Amino acid sequence: MPSLGADMEAGTLVEWLVRPGDRVTRGDIVAVVETQKGAIEIEIFEDGIVHSLDVELGARLPVGAQLATILSDGEAPPSAPAAPIPDTPSCAAVAPEMSAPPPRPDTTAPVPTGFGIAASPAARHRAAECGLDLAGVTGRGPDGAILLADVEAAATGGTTKGTPRPAATSDAMAQMRKAIAAAMQRSKREIPHFQLAQTIDIHTASDWLAARNADVPPGERILLGTLFMKAAAVAAANVKEMNGHYEADGFRPAPGVNLGVAVALRGGGLVAPAIPDADRLPLPALMAAMKDLVSRARAMRLRSSELTTGTLTVSSLGETGADAMSGIIFPPQVALLGIGAPKLRPWVLDGTVVPRRLATFTLSADHRVSDGRQANRFLAEIETALQHPEAL
Amino acid sequence: MTREDARIAFLEELVKVAPDLDPGSIADGDHIQADLELDSMDVLNLVAALHERLGVNIPEPDYVKIATPALASVYLSQRLAG
Repeated sequence: MPSLGADMEAGTLVEWLVRPGDRVTRGDIVAVVETQKGAIEIEIFEDGIVHSLDVELGARLPVGAQLATILSDGEAPPSAPAAPIPDTPSCAAVAPEMSAPPPRPDTTAPVPTGFGIAASPAARHRAAECGLDLAGVTGRGPDGAILLADVEAAATGGTTKGTPRPAATSDAMAQMRKAIAAAMQRSKREIPHFQLAQTIDIHTASDWLAARNADVPPGERILLGTLFMKAAAVAAANVKEMNGHYEADGFRPAPGVNLGVAVALRGGGLVAPAIPDADRLPLPALMAAMKDLVSRARAMRLRSSELTTGTLTVSSLGETGADAMSGIIFPPQVALLGIGAPKLRPWVLDGTVVPRRLATFTLSADHRVSDGRQANRFLAEIETALQHPEAL
Repeated sequence: MTREDARIAFLEELVKVAPDLDPGSIADGDHIQADLELDSMDVLNLVAALHERLGVNIPEPDYVKIATPALASVYLSQRLAG
């Protein structure tokens, strides 16, 4: 059971996507685990052959527990026989009033249904197995997303189409709140935070972007937030003390910038999945990556690597709201950039007070790793980058 | 396109962008950001969806003209009448 963040203690295995004998390659999605942050697709970190699946579906396991045995080429299997995997519980309990379509022939692989409905991969898979239409299932995950348990409940007649949506997805929300609390308490306990804030004139960047967006259809427009993300990623690439992980043996700067993007979920809670090598992505590619990440975060289809590889997180308040935010670092990272909402404010330019669009960038940094000097340099890098948006 | 048709199209696309919203409880005067809590990414997705569905390319300076269902139905019906 991989750790999917500093806050994770255990996870529930809900789906295997491989069988014994399958060949797997690093990066393949092999299983789905439900956590306090929703269902996460688990990627494998080595090449090899699946020898055995060692855990039953539905089992709740601590971080570090063995899920499966993967043998590299030529490696002998372990002597102890693996525990057998029981069959998935039958779908026979589907309530008759569900008017489910006839069961598929058992030779056919289940086909995901309900595209466009927010549901975990495990829930989708199970619904397909049971011939259940996801449109008739009430989701109790974040943003009303359908979880495996919801499908199981529906399959046994617990919930049918027409049930009013719950007033709040209170349980899943409470779980996520707990996960956030655990990570932030650990951060406040272990990381000696310090903060530096700088108000930056973003008028040039904002005008440049407006002119660019005026010439393209909505599908190709780029958000101001994406420009900020790119500037932050470039700054992180240049100031190593802000980009990496603090482990038991101290700080390890990261070779690349995997930019964590704090995504607020509708209804509450947030996750901060990472975009790999964000400093090297051109703006349209970074925008596409952000769109993809936000939609998958809300539909609960994030991958394990996205939750664990972030090297610096950016949290933006968006285009309206408060002036500034000084955030809490997400361990094991060592810095977090909070960006306030841009505002039109008086500003002195060439000796004259003029209205300019300004935004306040607040860097929270880890005093075990850096001092004000590096934090200052990071903010200065962002300011410089935003004065030349065409180069981003 | 009539205002009513425009309102229906707008609400349908709005609910696709924010599936947790109940279309029956959205008031005509609800502000999509202040009241319905869409963020800038959601607004862009809504504008892109309206472009796709109605062929109306809403420029950024006009986003304020679709800030509520009431405003949007007027704006979209006018754009489609012209």
